[in-house]
Amino acid sequence: MKLNSSIPAVTLAIIGLVASAPAAAEIGACLITKTDTNPFFVKMKEGALAGAKANGIKLQTFAGKIDGDVETQVAAIETCIASGAKGILITPTDSRALAPVVKQARNNGLLVIALDTPFEPASVADATFATDNFKAGVLIGQWAKAKMGAEARNAKIARLILNPSQISVDYLRDNGFLKGFGIDIKDPKKIGDETDPRIVGHDTTNGNEEGGRKAMENLLQVDPDINLVYTINEPAAAGAYEALKAFGKQDDVLIVSVDGGCPGVQNVEAGIIGATSMQFPLLMASKGIEAIKAWADNGSKPANTPGLDFYNTGVELITDEPAKGVPSSSSAAGLAKCWG
Amino acid sequence: MSNNETKKGTMQDFEKVIEQADVNVASFEVQHKTPLDKMQHFLHGNPTMVPVIVLVLSLAVFGVLAGDRFFTAFNLSLIIQQVSIIGILAAAQSLVIITAGIDLSVAAIMVLMSVIGGKLAVDLGIPAPLALLIAFAGGTAAGLMNGLLVTRLKLPPFIVTLGTWNIFFALNLWLSDAQSIRSQDIDDKAPMLKFFGESFSVGGAQLTYGSVLMVVVFVVLWYVLTRTAWGRHVYAIGDDKEAAELSGIRTDRTLVSVYMVAGFICALGAWASIGRVGSVSPQSFYEGNLQSITAVVIGGISLFGGRGSIMGPLVGALIVGVFQSGLRLSGVDVLWQVFAIGWLIIIAVAIDQWIRKVSA
Repeated sequence: MKLNSSIPAVTLAIIGLVASAPAAAEIGACLITKTDTNPFFVKMKEGALAGAKANGIKLQTFAGKIDGDVETQVAAIETCIASGAKGILITPTDSRALAPVVKQARNNGLLVIALDTPFEPASVADATFATDNFKAGVLIGQWAKAKMGAEARNAKIARLILNPSQISVDYLRDNGFLKGFGIDIKDPKKIGDETDPRIVGHDTTNGNEEGGRKAMENLLQVDPDINLVYTINEPAAAGAYEALKAFGKQDDVLIVSVDGGCPGVQNVEAGIIGATSMQFPLLMASKGIEAIKAWADNGSKPANTPGLDFYNTGVELITDEPAKGVPSSSSAAGLAKCWG
Repeated sequence: MSNNETKKGTMQDFEKVIEQADVNVASFEVQHKTPLDKMQHFLHGNPTMVPVIVLVLSLAVFGVLAGDRFFTAFNLSLIIQQVSIIGILAAAQSLVIITAGIDLSVAAIMVLMSVIGGKLAVDLGIPAPLALLIAFAGGTAAGLMNGLLVTRLKLPPFIVTLGTWNIFFALNLWLSDAQSIRSQDIDDKAPMLKFFGESFSVGGAQLTYGSVLMVVVFVVLWYVLTRTAWGRHVYAIGDDKEAAELSGIRTDRTLVSVYMVAGFICALGAWASIGRVGSVSPQSFYEGNLQSITAVVIGGISLFGGRGSIMGPLVGALIVGVFQSGLRLSGVDVLWQVFAIGWLIIIAVAIDQWIRKVSA
């Protein structure tokens, strides 16, 4: 980020935050992400900065240190209110705990938009721009079912989830996948209450390669004949593939995933991941900036996608083996719009 | 003296009582020892036996609970594979903890060095051996930085390594863009980075070179710590730094060397982790420092320094692995695995405290 020397700059050291206080006439906005470590948020930040520049908005960016760092996000919102900004784009690190401070921001006339992760209830924010994570799961579930054909009845399914906390993105993708595959998911907000005998089990990955490998090894120990693996994201899928390779099973197992990061799409191209549901963080951020601009200009608020309590920024299935009845794009097309 | 004789003859009155005094040498009261006392004594003399007993017991319990799938050569070798990276970090951590310090930066050094090695070899096309050498030098330098901050600025190791943990983690994200280097790209350009992921079979067991590396690191450290002057100095510093200094040990220099060796071991771990994970993953092992401390504590090394065998943490890491695998195969949910490890830590330290209170 380039600092304009004519504007007084405030640098808050600890979280590596670069902030420039907006001059009176300019529209100010803030982007608050969960972390600065996940490429998804890095990309979101890039999209927001580019959008801000195009719309003449002064954007301050903040990030928590780790997932779940509520304190830093609260402080960021407070700083943002104090700076006189017109709006906040936030990926809430805790979908409930931030409600009071968000209310405070809205009372001060700021437009608050949740990106990627909805608040609970979603109405805490003025609007939510997010991926339909359930739909993302349904797409890969449907694809896997179509791909396996009659064999789907004999599927042995492993699910590599994020962590034990049962958070929304985790249960939405997981249950979406099972639903798409045609399995009774019981409680749609719970992972692991299903009783379908085709499910071998689930294990946690923390969304990285190391966790993916370990979880896959563990589940293969439970049942070595697993032939379908759902993964919470593409790094976990890459780890799962390494475990399958070590067990000599990489050619017998179908891996599906969610995200659309560039290494993930490359893995679709290489045949490691069968299909992945791509989401669009850049779009979330640029749409968010436009909404703040409109709010500052004429006080209008963005509308939700009909039938949902958020604005759906879209999800697209990427695979090189299209299945009948499931719309998809090729990995080549995916590489052109992947993030990170 | 000439009047020795007379003095003896004319013992002063107040000295006379001395003849009625007890002539026995100082001794303790002999008490009946309960089996528990004997146990406590035995463990005081052989502190590594605690984790070994726990390991054997947990193997037996899970052998019954988790059934046939648990007690196979393959599963047991898989457990060793799964703990190998945390085990290597625990070796580095032990060295520092024996000096009564702590190193919160071990995992951050490891991940940073794996990113540096991977970037150099895969993205920049530098020959893999050279890239690895640079990573080793980097790990040692990171340790040097920790050591100098601890000895020169006299900051507590907890604070120093809390700081460097963040610094190394940030550098890691900056260098890697938080983006993994794909397994397939490593295969194409620098397969040597994945050497420690390769495996060989011994009667159904599948051992990786990474597992072997972990054991070798521990054996070498055991030799160095118990058979060399440097090793004795490390223990002496942890037991009582001032006393060590007064007896002529150059404590600061030794401490710096301890952190450097720890950093070097972390870099070795970095190489092994690329083999284990398959890719260079800047987001993996975020909790590696705490997991390494867990292994060390369960392994019976005292956090107060100066006590404990280096082989303990190897056993400690294995105990954690056995619990995770055993609980998993018994069908227990992940959150209860976390719960169990928590109790294991508390019980391990409680036993350590109990042993230290040993009485005659």
